[in-house]
Amino acid sequence: MNLTTDVLAGKRLALARLLTHIENGTPEGRAALDELFPHTGRAHLIGITGAPGTGKSSLVNQLARFYRHPANGSAPRKVAVVAVDPSSPFTGGAVLGDRIRMRDLAGDPGVFIRSMASRGALGGIAIATAGVVQAFDAAGYEIILIETVGAGQAEVDIARLAHTTLVVEAPGLGDDIQAIKAGILEIADILVVNKADRPGVENTERALKNMLQLAHPTRRVFHHHGQVMMVEAPAAPQPEAQLWIPPVLRTVATEGEGIAELTEQIARHGTFLRQTGDWNRRERVRLQNELDTLLQAALVARWRATLPNGRYGEILERLVARELSPRQAVEALLAPQPSNLATP
Amino acid sequence: MTEKKIRVLVAKPGLDGHDRGAKVVARALRDAGMEVIYTGLRQTPEMIAEAALQEDVDVIGLSILSGAHMALVPRVLELLKEYGMEHVKVFVGGIIPDEDVPALMELGVTGVYGPGTLTEDIIRDIHNALSIAPAA
Ligand code: B12
Ligand SMILES: Nc1nc2c(ncn2[C@@H]2O[C@H](COP(=O)(O)OP(=O)(O)OP(=O)(O)O)[C@@H](O)[C@H]2O)c(=O)[nH]1
Ligand SMILES: [Mg+2]
Repeated sequence: MNLTTDVLAGKRLALARLLTHIENGTPEGRAALDELFPHTGRAHLIGITGAPGTGKSSLVNQLARFYRHPANGSAPRKVAVVAVDPSSPFTGGAVLGDRIRMRDLAGDPGVFIRSMASRGALGGIAIATAGVVQAFDAAGYEIILIETVGAGQAEVDIARLAHTTLVVEAPGLGDDIQAIKAGILEIADILVVNKADRPGVENTERALKNMLQLAHPTRRVFHHHGQVMMVEAPAAPQPEAQLWIPPVLRTVATEGEGIAELTEQIARHGTFLRQTGDWNRRERVRLQNELDTLLQAALVARWRATLPNGRYGEILERLVARELSPRQAVEALLAPQPSNLATP
Repeated sequence: MTEKKIRVLVAKPGLDGHDRGAKVVARALRDAGMEVIYTGLRQTPEMIAEAALQEDVDVIGLSILSGAHMALVPRVLELLKEYGMEHVKVFVGGIIPDEDVPALMELGVTGVYGPGTLTEDIIRDIHNALSIAPAA
């Protein structure tokens, strides 16, 4: 069977098989991704990150339900979920448990859930996550929800991959808000205070709002006839369209409370990205990163093939013996070969 | 990074809430380097087959201590066939009376495991089952 045609025809078994090829980095997987690439670029990629147990999977469950059964009567959208859990650094195995919270999505052919192990990657997603997302995009999934490993760090990789990144907090997890949140504002497009049924919501919410204000000292927020307007620098030409200040929203994922508002903000962020041109800019940066990474790997591989046998090991030994610094080792490797020059 | 991992779905079909065994097995398989998708309690055969398809697993492990195995297991096998997933190996564990074991094996179950099973034996049997008939 031809994977690409079957995936484009909507065959779920073929898609599942392709995702495995992509995870395992097989030549079949790579070839299929090449063929599928022209069909990508249509989905809204939504990242969901936050500390362990804050309710990411429960939120994904509710968001997917909402997109499948929109309250406002609009058409249901096809939803893919990519849920990443950590691999054991010792055995390479993993227990992937995010599906436990997504049982409401069972039996709906418009939803496809795939669990992934991080396989040693440290940024909250796996190396193959971007490829898996591409396959879903090509297969016509319009909304792709990507749940990261619950690490509690600022997961920059997800912000790079997703169009819209939700950072999920919950009351009572870390009272030391300042310490955990460093860097999170750089990646959050929307801040979610989940478990709003629990005591301490106000504190968590206030702490986040305070941090937002500190993080944007140059921005002034104006309340104008009940509307919030944001102005950056006095000279900015169309200021209100240029700035996105992450909204802070309360949810109770177990009950579905606050989900409609959350999806509204996600849609608003999507519109914002498109109107400001940021959608295309992000896409461009992401593709350029990918190009550069692949280019570097290809160049190194090609160059390595031209090295005489043993040369690399020789230099490595001298580096280990501290006869050469790492920089000198690079220079020595890139220098014209002594065997070509020396005339014994 | 480009390594093939054995993927296993561990599920508890039916209404039975005994989940210790399933968790013990899930952890043991993880420690043996496998990727285990654990779906939790109260799964219908439909949910199990659907999850197995989406996750493209090599093995399904069903843990049943309620006595309902003769209803649940055949239904899961039937759905796998319907989905074109006959290549998936099905392992069953829990409280399974000896007299039911031949019938389950006849239906296509790869192995049946009762109380006191050593997890090393399960791991060995999974490896054997997959190398004898590698996933197509
Ligand atoms: C602990 C226990 C409970 C605990 C469960 C706690 C929990 N969260 O798991 C509690 C107290 C809640 C409980 C309740 C009940 N229990 Co109870 N319980 C047991 C008991 C004593 C031990 C089960 C256990 O955890 N064993 C330890 C684990 C590690 O072993 P295991 O599950 O057998 O798993 C091993 C193998 O079976 C196999 N395996 C298991 N799953 C899988 C999966 C795969 C893929 C593979 C390969 C292998 C495998 O490998 C494991 C490792 O060796 C058994 C009796 C017994 N000795 O088995 C009764 C027993 C299972 N319970 C029984 C009953 C009847 C009940 C109740 C209905 C009692 C009642 N009237 O209220 C309730 C029902 C609860 C519910 N909602 O379903 C009966 C079942 C009878 C039957 N099937 O015909 C048993 C057999 C007792 C008996 N002799 O009557 N129970
Ligand atoms: N009270 C309350 N509990 C919640 C809420 N959302 C999730 N939970 C519970 O919190 C626990 C963890 O939820 P998950 O959705 O698994 O959290 P997670 O962030 O995906 O967890 P990891 O993937 O392990 O990092 C579960 O027991 C949920 O039922 C909520 O809004 N209120
Ligand atoms: Mg989760």
